[in-house]
Amino acid sequence: MNGRLECNSIIKQYKDGRTALKSVTFDIKLSGIFALIGRNGAGKTTLVRILATELLPTSGMASLDGNDIIRDAKNVREIMAIVPQEARPIQWMTPRQTIISSLLWRGFGYGDSRKRADEVLDQFGLTGYKDKPNRFLSGGIKRKMLVATALASEARIIFLDEPTTGLDPISRKELWDVLNEQKKKRFIFLTTHYLEEAEALADSIGILENGELLAIGTMEELRSKVRYPYTVRVNGELDLSSTAGVVIRENGGYQQIMTSREEAYSISKRLIENGVTFSISPVSLNDIFFFFAKRRVDGEKE
Amino acid sequence: MVNAIYAMKNYPIMMVNAFVSPLAFLIVLTLVSRGALFGVAVIGGLIMALTSSGLSLQGDLVHFKVDFKLQDMVVSSPTTAFIYLFGMAISELIYYLPGIAVLLAMAFINLKFGLFPTLQVTGAVILMFVLATALGFMLSTHISDIMESWAVTGVVSILLSTIPPVYYPITYIPLPYRYAAYLSPTTYAAQIAQQAMGYIHFPQVTIDIDWIVLIGVSVVLLLISAKKTRWREI
Repeated sequence: MNGRLECNSIIKQYKDGRTALKSVTFDIKLSGIFALIGRNGAGKTTLVRILATELLPTSGMASLDGNDIIRDAKNVREIMAIVPQEARPIQWMTPRQTIISSLLWRGFGYGDSRKRADEVLDQFGLTGYKDKPNRFLSGGIKRKMLVATALASEARIIFLDEPTTGLDPISRKELWDVLNEQKKKRFIFLTTHYLEEAEALADSIGILENGELLAIGTMEELRSKVRYPYTVRVNGELDLSSTAGVVIRENGGYQQIMTSREEAYSISKRLIENGVTFSISPVSLNDIFFFFAKRRVDGEKE
Repeated sequence: MVNAIYAMKNYPIMMVNAFVSPLAFLIVLTLVSRGALFGVAVIGGLIMALTSSGLSLQGDLVHFKVDFKLQDMVVSSPTTAFIYLFGMAISELIYYLPGIAVLLAMAFINLKFGLFPTLQVTGAVILMFVLATALGFMLSTHISDIMESWAVTGVVSILLSTIPPVYYPITYIPLPYRYAAYLSPTTYAAQIAQQAMGYIHFPQVTIDIDWIVLIGVSVVLLLISAKKTRWREI
């Protein structure tokens, strides 16, 4: 028991020769929410499936709370639960039946399962839906219910693989509220490609791109790693070639540059003189993500 | 087990389907044979119900795995492959229980048989259930598309339920076509049951071979399932 999630040089190569993870190493505390961000195909799901003891890494090791995921897989399964990517509740069951069935699979008794199901449904504000067949529920309620299913087991570690994909903004916000509440009691490992979601929820964030972990840390730590703390977004054309900073986006009519406080001030003066619309803000996770992704692509080109 | 109970509670048509399937052939064959094949068909119905129950497992497991990611959730839980297989197999059996209950009632009311033949029929029926369940589970872990699953179910059903002479004595099939029926393990179970009930009269050595083949195939399929099933990598 060490309260940490440790990954040491995890490599996963599939039989078709594709390398999904390229020596991923990190060490984080098992508390709050950790968000793993990355584009589709970055390797997020593969890493989750390895940590959830489904997939065997080609090499490397990982441990959850001191339990090696291979040697002590049985212990790991006792303390964790997962909601896989694209998981859906069984259509002909009701939320209550879904949770009871899941708890029975985990070895709980029928009476205990019923009690826990009612408790967790109440906790998630789903009591009103508990006896409605899942097929009649909205996408947001279904997703909330799946998270409730994982949490009903009282597992201390919860893996949620892209839990809000496809949800409308209100449903997504409702699920965020649930996760914010739950992170006080357990560790949540969340994968997402919604950067604002990671920024809003996570205590620490990892950026995974093409199987490589590009950066990891709290928002503040990530900001400190990008060298330039401000981002200037310019709606229009402006020659930024002489500016000390990194142009992270140039897209039909607007440019975005990460730069120092002084340069940001100097650019803003020029923009005001030229009557160009612009905005200045501290770098967001969006900017940080683009910075690291661009640096990796530039590094590959070099 | 609750999966099946919940399913039948929410979709009663599932229970009706499992109830009428084994009885449909029984009724047709009894009518066509003017009652002569009633006894064989009742025992055949029992074998078919248990075999179909095991085979249905394949389709349901693929459906749960592909459409609901249920297997991913169970794989990452303390549940073992055996418990999952056992639980789902019992769940499938629950669907067929009403049909099995009717067939058993018919057998007890209409057929006269002693303890030893009853044990032989029970043994053959249980072995077919184990065999079909092991096969269904192994196939389900290799299939990743529900369309493929339907096709596999079709082929396996032909091998295990259409070709074998379950609802009529094997002697009704003229030689040399009869040998084709022996490609299916169900034929051996049916032969054991039909001999035990006195509907066919083969030398004891033939029935002994039937037992050896049936037990052997069941054990081999269980071993292959345990070894080759892609349940989880760790």
